Amino acid sequence: MDHLSSYLVLSAILFSLGLYTVVTRKNGVAILMGVELILNAANINFVAFSKFVTHTLDGHLISVFIIMLAAAEAAVALAIVLNLYNNRGHINVDEANALKQ
Amino acid sequence: MADFIFWVIWILIVVSAGLVAFGKNLIHSVFALMGTFLGVAGIYIFLNADFLAVTQIVVYVGGILVLLVFGIMLTNQISTAKISQSSVQRGLGLLVVLALLAILLTALLSHDWVGTTQPLAFEETARGIGRLLFTDYLILFEIASVLLLGALIGAATLARKEL
Repeated sequence: MDHLSSYLVLSAILFSLGLYTVVTRKNGVAILMGVELILNAANINFVAFSKFVTHTLDGHLISVFIIMLAAAEAAVALAIVLNLYNNRGHINVDEANALKQ
Repeated sequence: MADFIFWVIWILIVVSAGLVAFGKNLIHSVFALMGTFLGVAGIYIFLNADFLAVTQIVVYVGGILVLLVFGIMLTNQISTAKISQSSVQRGLGLLVVLALLAILLTALLSHDWVGTTQPLAFEETARGIGRLLFTDYLILFEIASVLLLGALIGAATLARKEL
């Protein structure tokens, strides 16, 4: 717990799991969950570097802004997913290709 | 003791995030995501970030997770109990992600990070964050407020019936 690398390894694993969720899931809400995992991994990195390397609060500030951004993104994404469901009856993002033709 | 708690939280995060990524049932994935968020809040406490830990619990567990549960409940027929989720290209995705993870781990474990030996003692961070928010980060703070307003109006407009 007193080494930067234990936090960095955790963050890398969290990021990889989030990326796997994003690239393999078809459900829109599940993809959103993967994005949240990735943002959490980035937050851990920012705060860990803030504690161990820079010794300032700038990493905390950036993490606050990332959390704020994640909240806004979740609200808008939920609205889009609900619209998709109303129009097509499912939220599989790989079948939402009406703009392709 | 603190070491033990740290590794318990570490493993909790990895296992619950794994459930999110590999779980069959969407509802199980959302509840596993709650474990991940709470674990990350615990990691923030180990990193002396008390304000961020509380923010994480309030915003993620209290807000975003509820939004996600709403999204699942409103877009699936719960009564038919068909909430299992399908995945595409599991093998290829796993291959790419494992390769990326290997690159990340070799890069960050082979580097000798400077300043890793003397972590600071705990001091509360809310005062410093508040001061920085209204001095160095004032422009960002104002932009964030406008962005939140835009997201609020946009989400309300998008979710209307008669779009």
